[in-house]
Amino acid sequence: MSHANAAAAHADAHRTSTGLSHNKLLMWTFLASDCMFFGSLIMTYMVYRGRSVTGPYPDEIFNIPFTSVSAAVLLLSSLTMVLALAALQRGKVKVFRVWILATALLGTLFLGGQYYEFTEFSQHGLGLGTNLFGSSFFVLTGIHGTHVGLGIIWLLTLFALSFRGLVRQDNAEKVEIAGLYWHFVDIVWIVIFTFVYLLPY
Amino acid sequence: MTGLRRTARRALFASLAVALVLVGGCVGGTPQAASDPAADNARKIWDLFMPIFWMSVVVFVIVQGIIIVAIIRFRRRPGDPVPHAMHGNTKLEIAWTLAPALILAAIAVPTITTIADLARNPGDEALTVRVIGQQWWWAFEYPDSGVVTADELHVPVGRPVHLELESKDIIHSFWVPRLAGKQDVVPGRTNTINFTADAVGEYSGQCAEFCGAQHANMKFRVIVQTEEEFEAWLQQQQQPAVEPQPGSIEAQGKELFMTNCRGCHTIQGTEAEGKVGPDLTHFGSRQTIAGLVVPYSTDNLKQWIHNAPSVKPGQPGRSIQMPAFTALTDDEVNAIAAYLESLK
Amino acid sequence: MAQSAFTLERSAPQETALSRLWSWLTTVDHKRIGKLYFFTSLFYLLVGGLLALLIRTQLAVPNNDFLSPDTYNQVFTMHGAVMIFLVVMPLNAAFFNYFVPLLIGARDVAFPRLNAFSYWVFLFGSLLLAASIVLRTAPNAGWFAYANLTNNTFSPGHNLDYYSMGLQVLGISSIASSLNFVVTIINMRAPGMTMMRVPIFAWMTLITSGLLLLALPSFSVGLIELAFDRLFGAVFFEPSAGGDPVLWQHLFWIFGHPEVYILILPAFGYISEILPTFTRKPLFGYPFMVYSGIAIAILGFGVWAHHMFTVGLGTVPNAVFGTTTMLIAIPTGVKIFNWLGTLWGGSIRISTPLLFAVGFLGMFTIGGISGVMHASVPIDYWQTDTYFVVAHFHYVLFGGALFAIFGAIYYWFPKMFGRMLNDKLGQVQFWIMLVGFNLTFFPMHLLGIDGMPRRIYTYTEEMGWATWNLVETIGAYMLGVGVLLMAYNMFTSLRSGQPAPADPWDGRTLEWSIPSPPPVYNFAEVPVVSSRDELWERKLKKQAVPAAVKGGSGEEAEGIHLPPPSIVPMIAAFGLALAGGSMVFKEWILVGIGLAILLFSIIAWSLEPNE
Ligand code: HEA
Ligand code: HEA
Ligand code: HEC
Ligand code: CUA
Ligand SMILES: [Cu+2]
Repeated sequence: MSHANAAAAHADAHRTSTGLSHNKLLMWTFLASDCMFFGSLIMTYMVYRGRSVTGPYPDEIFNIPFTSVSAAVLLLSSLTMVLALAALQRGKVKVFRVWILATALLGTLFLGGQYYEFTEFSQHGLGLGTNLFGSSFFVLTGIHGTHVGLGIIWLLTLFALSFRGLVRQDNAEKVEIAGLYWHFVDIVWIVIFTFVYLLPY
Repeated sequence: MTGLRRTARRALFASLAVALVLVGGCVGGTPQAASDPAADNARKIWDLFMPIFWMSVVVFVIVQGIIIVAIIRFRRRPGDPVPHAMHGNTKLEIAWTLAPALILAAIAVPTITTIADLARNPGDEALTVRVIGQQWWWAFEYPDSGVVTADELHVPVGRPVHLELESKDIIHSFWVPRLAGKQDVVPGRTNTINFTADAVGEYSGQCAEFCGAQHANMKFRVIVQTEEEFEAWLQQQQQPAVEPQPGSIEAQGKELFMTNCRGCHTIQGTEAEGKVGPDLTHFGSRQTIAGLVVPYSTDNLKQWIHNAPSVKPGQPGRSIQMPAFTALTDDEVNAIAAYLESLK
Repeated sequence: MAQSAFTLERSAPQETALSRLWSWLTTVDHKRIGKLYFFTSLFYLLVGGLLALLIRTQLAVPNNDFLSPDTYNQVFTMHGAVMIFLVVMPLNAAFFNYFVPLLIGARDVAFPRLNAFSYWVFLFGSLLLAASIVLRTAPNAGWFAYANLTNNTFSPGHNLDYYSMGLQVLGISSIASSLNFVVTIINMRAPGMTMMRVPIFAWMTLITSGLLLLALPSFSVGLIELAFDRLFGAVFFEPSAGGDPVLWQHLFWIFGHPEVYILILPAFGYISEILPTFTRKPLFGYPFMVYSGIAIAILGFGVWAHHMFTVGLGTVPNAVFGTTTMLIAIPTGVKIFNWLGTLWGGSIRISTPLLFAVGFLGMFTIGGISGVMHASVPIDYWQTDTYFVVAHFHYVLFGGALFAIFGAIYYWFPKMFGRMLNDKLGQVQFWIMLVGFNLTFFPMHLLGIDGMPRRIYTYTEEMGWATWNLVETIGAYMLGVGVLLMAYNMFTSLRSGQPAPADPWDGRTLEWSIPSPPPVYNFAEVPVVSSRDELWERKLKKQAVPAAVKGGSGEEAEGIHLPPPSIVPMIAAFGLALAGGSMVFKEWILVGIGLAILLFSIIAWSLEPNE
């Protein structure tokens, strides 16, 4: 009796009404919320576009080629993320480690680029409080950068855990979920890049 | 305690509540009652409100009536069987979706026409006044005549008035309930509001958007005059300030004013050209002090000069307020007050 | 039964005060977390009510100087903020926590530790706000804190930093718990419980959580921008730099309007549970109740500018937003009428939960109708920022949300604590509150007609507002008596109340199929559901009521997998609140320490065995 019950209860702990795991559903739901978050930030930027009363203005300081390269770096990291997950799903933990580390490195490279860009801008006299452009630009891209930073920590944690046997083929979903987050952050950057850098000012 | 008595009391209460609204709508003695409009703008609003109010009463009485009847009729008595399990009724659902929709349509149509109506340009003959809201007083500038006053807006009766609202600091809201609806005064924007007063008189108004410590005391008055009175008033306001007799107490007051107050206040025709506080060129013709809730009196004026922050206490750390002049002696304050009151 | 439940939860073998405290600090049981929310927010109800009484005392007579202007401004701001963010929202969270798993036949929420984290973040965030009251530098720019009054020039001092940080922290708590409930309700329904069999309260929880997830980010962004302006010299709301204070209003109300439905949808849920039970009839028009809830949520996103009719958005936006706002009356009306349909033909048992539910129907209708008046734009030109609005939102918030919550308290208290509340006393409380409520808030309509603006700390005799203000103050004290009666009722019930049976009301839903209070694992056997009112149907068909009612043995319970207690959520929450609180004072080192604590505890969290 008690054994049968225990087994049933255990099976039950993993049953979900939709078949989707809790964690994955959590991530999707969170991303929906985060969409609204970035949506509001981008809206602020768009509302204030062209309304700064003093310079420097975007066209004076943007270095589009440079930022395009760093955007490409981030895009590339999505690819390596896919490769990392694919490797793990095939049970190739070592290959997984390589790709996940590569993803984290590309992310770090992107952040380095952002750091360079920020210092460059501030040398051109653009600070957080210089004008509306400064405020809305730094806060938007800075918060995106924070997302990337958290993602890097997450990826590195997964990398480290793989050495303790905690990231395996049978729980590759862990990586899949991190990947969802990573791709999302990536897509958000494409949107930001389009609206902030590419739209003619 | 029977349920019947309870429901009876409830019914009594409901009818009492309705009666109260009616009373509220009709009783006078409240200078800011929106129910007593004295200009086209406010009247259109009130006229829109009344039918909606009655529809609301009907809706409420129906809902509340059904509740009361249901509770009386269907109260559980010992031994009652389990009622029939009624899961719903699609026809009813459609009916009570449509019925409110119709009521709402009946509300929406006049709403939209009134919105457009109130926004209509009043035309060229309108009197335009610039209204500048700031913590915690109002400046009124008449661009055509160059007249500037504070906390008292003079307008002619029967002629459209077109106000251009601007803010010097934060958001305020211009509101004279008996003349017009509100319009916010937002830094960086110029909003407008129009009305045509239809009776001579004084109308009380007050800032309606929370704006800090003295929001409650950001009051003002609209003085509606006949066309002649208004023109006369404009004429008089265009004069430079009255020059006091040399040696008089007013002259002494003027001197004191020029040492203490000119940094903030303007008196046209003198070297006082401050822009921080109200223009006092014709202060003697005012009936209010600094938009205070207290009525005008010489004593209050003296109190104001002596220690404005005690009358209109602000927030610690704010600099835009008129400071206290506690160092001035009573005689000096008397002299300044006399001077200001002579500035008709 | 309850005994064996306890053994499971307890980690220390010997019961000491310390180990009991520890068991609460580390609890991940949704029922205990629900109780924590419950008592914390009831405490804040006393705080918020006390602030209301201060307001009413100041306004009782003209030219009163009981409170200084700045104190008054802090008082009404905190009254609004406390009531909304620390009373109604968390009281709803208390019931979400306690009852959603029971209603859907689950053993816990999807993420028990995340749930504990939400509570602790809420607690610490609320303490941050409460600290500002104690230090007398509470936020003082109104609960929606319009820019640019809130910038450093016009609001020096820390007041608004408490606002931006406190509400930001509370927001994180709400997001975390909403994520949890969405996943729980979608994923953890008992076998056979299709979405169209989910009890309405759980449905409303789902919709509310969804609304929060989509609406709150806008406010978070507003708060971030405000904080950047105040702490780091950004110029988001600085008109001299071209910044637009109206942007804040959009960011606030895009959240703020859905927020009012976040406050009321759970109330719709309580009513939908209470009425069928006390009429012994199924809820009338269940699918319409679900769809109208969804419709309200969706429409709720398209109406925010009705708080901004006088800002000068233009005639077309005003007309559009006015009309969309009115549309919300349709699905809300559908709900009201379906409740009337539930009452009609029922076998109505008059007792406290029912009285509050019925009181809700009447009072909420009044508040809803005055909302429709506001939605008529020209009328709002007059009514906005007057006591007419204050009347509107107290009718929907107090007469609506809080009446429903009081009903829910009387309804579910026996389940939560295993003791009945005194129904006679409850009915007395109801009548005192109904009368006090209308004395307090009905005259506010009249004051709105008489032109009394809101948020003024004083007024003069000449304005003719004195009488009604005095009446309101008397009413407010009556409400105070009502609240104290309820506190007394709970207190005596907990000490010496009559023990509650598993099913005191002849209930219909699953929570009544298990003992009061339920064992830690809720259901000894997870029920298989085949109808909406599962328990009721089983009782009708004289089917086996789930095993637990008959009293399972402790042995059975041993096999049930329950998440182990953990202190990590609390530490993580502490780190977060420490970071937020230190921002107020620009203590960057402490901010760093707080964030480090947060980060490390999250990593530790992910390493903890099983969730
Ligand atoms: C629980 C919270 C709650 C709820 C449910 C509502 C519901 C509604 N509210 Fe309210 N509202 C607030 C809380 C709430 N509000 C708060 C807190 C503020 C002020 C914020 C502040 O400034 O501090 C506010 C302010 C506010 C304003 C801005 C006022 C102003 O500041 O100028 C407006 C304007 O349109 C408005 C409208 C409405 C409408 C149309 C509804 C509708 O959803 C109501 C629908 C319900 C009914 C209509 C009753 C039932 C229906 C029927 C019986 C059908 C038949 C009826 C008709 C055909 C009319 N509300
Ligand atoms: C759910 C929300 C909610 C609730 C329940 C209430 C409840 C009450 N509110 Fe509410 N109120 C708001 C939300 C709410 N309010 C909001 C959002 C605002 C707008 C704020 C703003 O403008 O920014 C507002 C503003 C507001 C004003 C307008 C202030 C102004 O504009 O200047 C007034 C004025 O009378 C008022 C009065 C009251 C009263 C008398 C109660 C009563 O019902 C309270 C009854 C409760 C009690 C009386 C508690 C009893 C407790 C004790 C007696 C014990 C105390 C002892 C201990 C602590 C040990 N409120
Ligand atoms: C730091 C600036 C400052 C100085 C100095 C100052 N005032 Fe003022 N004064 C103000 C401001 C600002 C107001 C408007 C205050 C309000 O309504 O809240 C005001 C208002 C007034 C008013 C009411 C005006 C009206 O239209 O109702 C009078 C009268 C007045 N001041 C007189 C004086 C006198 C007399 C002195 C010198 C003894 C003086 N002020 C010095 C700033 C100043
Ligand atoms: Cu200006 Cu309120
Ligand atoms: Cu709203």
